[in-house]
Amino acid sequence: MKKLILSMALIGASSVAEAQAPARPAAAASAGDAAFGARMLGEASGEQIFTRVCAACHMQDAKGAEGAGRYPPLAGNQKLAIGAYPAMVVVKGLNGMPPIGTMLTDQQVADVVNYVRSHFGNKFKGAVKAEDVKAMR
Amino acid sequence: MNEPIMPMTKRDLLSMIGTAAGASAMYMAMSSMDQAKASDFKGPPKLEGDNKGASVLILGAGVAGMTAALELSRAGYKVQVLEYNDRVGGRSWTLQGGDTYTELGGATQTCQFAPGNYINPGPWRIPWHHHGLIHYCHELGVALEPFMQVNYNAYVHNTKAFGGKPQRYRHIQADFYGHVGELLAKSVNAGALAQTVSKEDGEILLEALRSWGALDRNMRYVKGAASSGRRGYDKEPGGGLSAVPEPSDPIDVQTLLRSGLWRSIGGNLQWDHLSTIFQPVGGMGQVAKGFERAVGHMVRKNSKVTAIHQDEKGVIVTYKDTKSGAVMKAAADYCLCTIPLPVLAQIEMNVSPELDAAIRAVPYSTSVKVGLEFKRRFWEQDDQIYGGITYTDLPMSQISYPSTRYGDKGPGVLLGCYVGGAAGYELTASTPAQRVEKVLEWGSQIHPQYRGEFMNGVSVAWHRVPFTLGCFGSWTEQTRAEHYKNLCKFDGRILLAGEHASYYGGWQEGGITSAIDAITRLHQRVIAG
Repeated sequence: MKKLILSMALIGASSVAEAQAPARPAAAASAGDAAFGARMLGEASGEQIFTRVCAACHMQDAKGAEGAGRYPPLAGNQKLAIGAYPAMVVVKGLNGMPPIGTMLTDQQVADVVNYVRSHFGNKFKGAVKAEDVKAMR
Repeated sequence: MNEPIMPMTKRDLLSMIGTAAGASAMYMAMSSMDQAKASDFKGPPKLEGDNKGASVLILGAGVAGMTAALELSRAGYKVQVLEYNDRVGGRSWTLQGGDTYTELGGATQTCQFAPGNYINPGPWRIPWHHHGLIHYCHELGVALEPFMQVNYNAYVHNTKAFGGKPQRYRHIQADFYGHVGELLAKSVNAGALAQTVSKEDGEILLEALRSWGALDRNMRYVKGAASSGRRGYDKEPGGGLSAVPEPSDPIDVQTLLRSGLWRSIGGNLQWDHLSTIFQPVGGMGQVAKGFERAVGHMVRKNSKVTAIHQDEKGVIVTYKDTKSGAVMKAAADYCLCTIPLPVLAQIEMNVSPELDAAIRAVPYSTSVKVGLEFKRRFWEQDDQIYGGITYTDLPMSQISYPSTRYGDKGPGVLLGCYVGGAAGYELTASTPAQRVEKVLEWGSQIHPQYRGEFMNGVSVAWHRVPFTLGCFGSWTEQTRAEHYKNLCKFDGRILLAGEHASYYGGWQEGGITSAIDAITRLHQRVIAG
C-alpha cells in the first residue's frame, strides 16, 4: 500500500487548482495528505472534493452511471444511512474504486462523506467525525 | 536568459521538486507500477496433444481474449468470444475523424479530426522488449513504425523555474550531465573518492567523466565547443562567410538543480522508454484489426455478460444483447474471462472466496487523454519539434507530438494531456468541453500558438469508459502478495487473463502473456483428462 500511496502522491503533485492559482502557497497539511495532491485537496471542502473527485465516477448529480458495470448512485442510496460505511469505502476503496481517502485528511474524509449524506436529496442523520475516520486508517 | 530563482528554504525546494516531478513521476506510475522486466514471451504456445474436442468460452475481445482465441482455435478447441462493445480490441483503440464515443454519464463526442489524424486513448507505445505483442503484430500484418519517445528538442517545463519559460530537453540534459561530471571530477581530483577509487581507476574515471559530461581540457563544463556540441549553439554552424558558430551558455548549476527539470531525464532512462519503441501505423486500433482478421468470426459483439455459472459439467454464461435487450446463454467446458476487474466484481459468479476477494482487491487507476487538432503543425514549423514528448508540471503533465507524417501541411493532432492522479480525477469529473478548454489554457503556457491554431479536441477519461470503469489494475506489493496467485489460478473451470493478471500493469504485453500462460495451463489440464 505504501508504494501505491507514494505513486499517487507523485501523480498528484501538480494539480488543476494549483495551475489556476500558481501563487498560492502549498497548503499546510498533515503528513499523510501532504503525500497526495496536497495543493489541490489540502484545503478542499467536502463539496469541492465531491465535485473534483467523487463526481468523476458517481457523476455531478450523484446518480451514478451504468455501462458494462455500474457506478452506484449516491443520491438516495440507503447504504449511506450509517456514515461509517461510506467513510470506510472512501478510506479503503471498494472493488475497482481506488482508496480515495489516501489523498485526504481524516477531516476531509468526514467532510465529503457528510456532504454527500446531506445533499442530493439525502437527509441522513449523524455526522461522521475525523476521529471516526482516523480509526479506520 | 536564465532568471535566478528566489532564495528558498529547503522545505520550499523539496516541495517544488515534488511538483516538478509531476510529468515523469506520472509516467513512472503509469508504466512501472510494477518492476519493469523483459517479457517472458517465448513464442506462441505449443498446445499439442488431444484436446478431446473441448470448448472454451472467452469473455472479452481485447488483446488477451483474442490472443487466447487465436491460439486455442489453432489447437482445435471450439472457441466463442463474447464482447460488450460493438467493436473488438478493448483498450487497443484509436479515435479518428467520424468516430463517436459515449462515456458514462452520457456525454457523446464525435471526433472531428481530419483524415489520417488520430489519438490512441489507451496504449500507444510498444517497447522493443514486448516480444509477444510484436510477434502478433508481425504475424497479423500490423505494420509498425517508430514511436518517438525522447526528443531532445522538445521541452521540459516547470512553472516555477526559469520564469515559467519552457526549456529545451537537450539543454537540461547536457547541462545536468556536464555539471555532475565536473563536480565528480573535482571530487576525484581532491582525493575525496580515494577510499573507494584507486589512483589508476580515478584516472579512468576522469576520462570517462570528460567524455560523458562534455568537459573541457581542464575538466570544466563551460561555454565552448564541447558543451555546445551537446546542448547546441546559439548560432548554428553554417557555410561560407557566415559559417562561424556561436557557442551557447550553459545554465548554472544552482539554477539547474533547483529547477527540478532533471526529473524528466530520469524518466526517459526507464526500461519501458528505451529505444526502439514502436507504434502501429494508423493507430493502436490496427492491433485490434489485425486480431479481428484472424479471430473476428468467433466474436459476438454487443454482448453484456451478467452471470457466470460453473458446475462439474461446464460453464454457463448469461449475457444480454445490448441492441435487442434479449437475454441469452452460452455454454462451454471452460471459461477464460478477461473482463476488467471493476466490471467483473459486479457480475454474479460462483467462484472460490479467494478468487472473489482477489477480483475485489485491485483498484483501477485513473487516466485522462485529450487529443487536440490544430490548423497546422506549429510545433514542427515554429519550434522544430518532430515527435517526442514535452514534460511539464502543469496538470496535463505532458504534450506528445505525432511520430508520423512529419512536414505535413494539413491539420495536425497532438496529445495535449496524459495524466492520472488528482488532476486526472478533476478532468474526469469535468465535461468533455471543459477538459479541452483546460488543456488549451495550460498548453498555451508552453505553446502560445494553441489558441490561434486550435480546431477541435476529443478526450477519454478512463474512469468514464463504460467497458472498463478505469484505466488499468493498480497492484501494490501487499495486494500482489495476498491476491495475485489467487487471481491467476484455475478456479473450477474458470481462468482469468488480462493486463490485471500480469506484472505489466496497463500494458498490452500483460494481456498477451497472461492469456498464453492461462491457456497453456488450461491445455495441460485438458490433455491430462
